[in-house]
Amino acid sequence: MIPRLFIIAFTLLLFASAQAVKIEFHSFENKQQEKLYLQLIAELRCVKCQNQNLAESNAELAKDMRDKAYQIIISGGTRDDVIKYMTDRYGEFVLYRPRFGLKTILLWVGPAVFLLLSLMFLIKLIKKQQKEPVAPLSERDRESVRKLLDSKDT
Amino acid sequence: MNKKFFIPLIAFAALAGLMLFGLSNDPKLIPSPFIGKPAPEFNLPRLDKPGETLSVDDMKGKVWILNLWASWCVSCRAEHRVLSDLIAKEKIPTVGLNYKDYGTEDYGDAAKQWLDTLGNPYYAVVIDKDGMAGIDWGVVGVPETFIMDKKGIVRYKFTGPVYQEAVDKTLIPLLEKLRKEEG
Repeated sequence: MIPRLFIIAFTLLLFASAQAVKIEFHSFENKQQEKLYLQLIAELRCVKCQNQNLAESNAELAKDMRDKAYQIIISGGTRDDVIKYMTDRYGEFVLYRPRFGLKTILLWVGPAVFLLLSLMFLIKLIKKQQKEPVAPLSERDRESVRKLLDSKDT
Repeated sequence: MNKKFFIPLIAFAALAGLMLFGLSNDPKLIPSPFIGKPAPEFNLPRLDKPGETLSVDDMKGKVWILNLWASWCVSCRAEHRVLSDLIAKEKIPTVGLNYKDYGTEDYGDAAKQWLDTLGNPYYAVVIDKDGMAGIDWGVVGVPETFIMDKKGIVRYKFTGPVYQEAVDKTLIPLLEKLRKEEG
């Protein structure tokens, strides 16, 4: 069976200046490989321009890392193979979707814990306010309010 | 005074403290996951001896340095004198890995001219034309300098151009310590 070819052009690169435009073509044996590749380059960080993923980055290193990911996939590697290759060399830092582990537990559960704590605090505050009786106005208070309301200057 | 009055103040101070700490953190200094692990293998053609190759395995048994550089890299030029002095003083075998430079379309033999003009302090210079050995070593940007012990374990990584103070305070003491270790 002739393998079906899927060609990807990095239209993302069109955002770059005219001289810098280089379009990469990668052909895959099947849809799964292509999907895996696209998924991975969106999830891996470019270590050169650290706020971009491999798909978005124009840095030469990002291109090399994309090529490496492609090579691993095309030679039958799995998602874990690519992730392992990259983390072995660049550490957990390359993963935009960090693994769930002892080192990253704060990243994963931190926001939820923070939300829970804030909710608890809020509920406690509301309950406390409901319980506290509102002191009735004294005659002196009423008098001063009346005075204010009756005064002509605004 | 009500103690609660101080809570926002303390929270602010804590946040400011964290941000101040963040400022002193250089995101470019990615800790190398190779420290304490065997040096990644390569077998690359030599620039200084055409026709011959050099592999990481060839360096086994001695403390050695791997320096990633390129002729197009300005800070490599900046570290060149400091690095050459270190190599001469410590007589430390240093392999220069010429990263995406020699033989490429853009740079041709600029690396050779670079060595001819500035001097070649290296024990051997190997050519990594397509940068794949660089990636195997986890390159982020040249120059990068690795120190290996006698067992071929990566013990230290210096990111960016080496400067005299780092050489005197960190590199030389480390080299001397590693040389005393068993092979």
